Amino acid sequence: MAKQAQTTAGRAITFAQAINEALAEEMRRDPKVFILGEDVAEAGTPFKVLSGLVKEFGKERVIDSPISEAGIAGICVGAAMTGMRPVVDIMFGDFATLVMDQMVNQAAKTHYMSGGKLTVPMVMRTTLGATRRSAAQHSQSLHAWFSHIPGLKVVLPATPYDAKGLLKTAIRDDNPVVFFEDKMMYQQKGVVPAQDYTIPFGVADVKRAGKDITLVATSSMVEVSLKAAEILQASNISAEVVDVRTTVPLDKETLIASAQKTTRALVVDEGYERYGVTAEIASVIADGAFYYLDAPVKRMGAMDVPVPFSPVLEDQTVPTPESVAETARKLCGKM
Amino acid sequence: MVDSDKLLRFYRQMLKIRLFEEQVNQLYLGAKMPGLAHLYIGQEAVAVGVCEALRADDYITSTHRGHGHCLAKGAAIDKMFAELLGKADGYCRGKGGSMHIADQERGNLGANAIVGGSAGIATGAALSAKMRGTDQVAVCFFGEGALGQGLLYECMNMAALWKLPVIYLCENNMYNEYTHYSETTAGTIEGRAQAFGIPTETIEGQDVELVYRTASKLIERARKSDGPSFLLCNTYRFHGHHVGDIDRAYYRPKKEEEEWKERRDPVKLLADKLVRSEIVDRQFLAGTESEIAGEIKSGADFALNAPYPDATEVDQDVYA
Repeated sequence: MAKQAQTTAGRAITFAQAINEALAEEMRRDPKVFILGEDVAEAGTPFKVLSGLVKEFGKERVIDSPISEAGIAGICVGAAMTGMRPVVDIMFGDFATLVMDQMVNQAAKTHYMSGGKLTVPMVMRTTLGATRRSAAQHSQSLHAWFSHIPGLKVVLPATPYDAKGLLKTAIRDDNPVVFFEDKMMYQQKGVVPAQDYTIPFGVADVKRAGKDITLVATSSMVEVSLKAAEILQASNISAEVVDVRTTVPLDKETLIASAQKTTRALVVDEGYERYGVTAEIASVIADGAFYYLDAPVKRMGAMDVPVPFSPVLEDQTVPTPESVAETARKLCGKM
Repeated sequence: MVDSDKLLRFYRQMLKIRLFEEQVNQLYLGAKMPGLAHLYIGQEAVAVGVCEALRADDYITSTHRGHGHCLAKGAAIDKMFAELLGKADGYCRGKGGSMHIADQERGNLGANAIVGGSAGIATGAALSAKMRGTDQVAVCFFGEGALGQGLLYECMNMAALWKLPVIYLCENNMYNEYTHYSETTAGTIEGRAQAFGIPTETIEGQDVELVYRTASKLIERARKSDGPSFLLCNTYRFHGHHVGDIDRAYYRPKKEEEEWKERRDPVKLLADKLVRSEIVDRQFLAGTESEIAGEIKSGADFALNAPYPDATEVDQDVYA
């Protein structure tokens, strides 16, 4: 189990600044790293995550592209195969539909199909998360799609600290990595060391220790689960919150050990619940902790509907601290 | 003008592809080869004319009909056959097969079984060459069937905007699988590239010398940072879409096939030229043919006798 060692002094910066800092540091360290995407240069993306990078690195390394998601993803695959380390910016995770052939049939398979000769060291940064009133084509969390594909790695940071350390690892990785950022989290602050550090993939992080139930969460749902744990505390239920941080590779050991300890597990994720990553994680826990469990493993994802626009409708579609706490209470036999 | 040594080399390379593909067909018919194969026979002058104009460190991307590009870029016959048979000594240790041979040491970034799928890879390789400050050039081979794919247009747009050293090489063999291209292609083929301000050339793809001269010019242009170009080579697929496509009369007339084989066979055309120009005689060409046939046979024998990969390799190289 990896307790994150925040021994180094840090400052409170936003999630967006953490991403920006990771990119800037990696681009200073390695001239092969460059950014390609829509409105990434002067605009710094609509979310302002990349603000200022073009000033330091120039338009040759922070490249504004046409609105051609498949094309820019494909160009990054080719650049990665020939000595560069591109970071492609796909503004909304929903546009994953447009890059799928390049990521799934090209990037993910090249190393294997070439018998291990070619590598594709690229990062696709994109976003996830609803409740931004952006409706059905700008609100989905489609990380399950990429997690399904052998050859890709999938990263879901939940804090500014994790965002910086995981993005640096992603850029240094020799495989195609899909890096999901929660749009709603960009302005959230956290303590982040100013210096260089990396966080290894495949190491889950216990964000809160507890003994009665394990809440396994990803990305946006880590904060929701931490809040749920606060609510549960009031009912004398001690919840442990485990952040998987990467769905591929998945730290099965930490998840199983936590569920064995607490004897109950609830998996929470913002992707569609049906066939979602919650199902895979729940299965891993059910398999690995079966003889220790006092209740079936439960899972909560986004409601299986296209994300609606109207706030009153949209807010029902994602797990909330209250709904997570309620499900957890039931699992603990306390209503 | 192309000197006679070079013409002889073109001949050898084209004949190598021709005999290689005929051997592939035999292996397939003899049930020695798993999967399927898309033969390049009839189009040899395109791959050879273009690849002979490239440097070893230049890049190509190829297609499902890729054996010719691969050999023309310098791949070894024995390792090619081994890959086709799924053997451990193949270019990809048997993991890629006919449609995925990659040979990065010779700049071959891989055949691609998604029609038009390599447009991004070739354009990205060109961007990479530019960013790394080399004068490498990338050639993106595709058939006219790929003109239906949007990715190609996204990439040509960016290549033109950023003056990338890439040549879009369209081999029009006239059939998108089993459908004549006139049924699938509105407007003109060249017009697609011209819309992006990309210079285009259209040539007879059966004339290897012409392909070589035109490709050389476009490659030099790209090397001097003058940007991308589009070369349309009119050619013909002598066999079916793949080895199993035997009865073709429903989509293309037998007469048409016979005419191409008779009058526009690139290997025959060059042989005739070599003899007519008194560079060599028929006897010399026969000697060349039996020499290459020997190389092909020993390559195929090597592959037939090569071991399969160890079963434990199945989950190796998923990740680097």
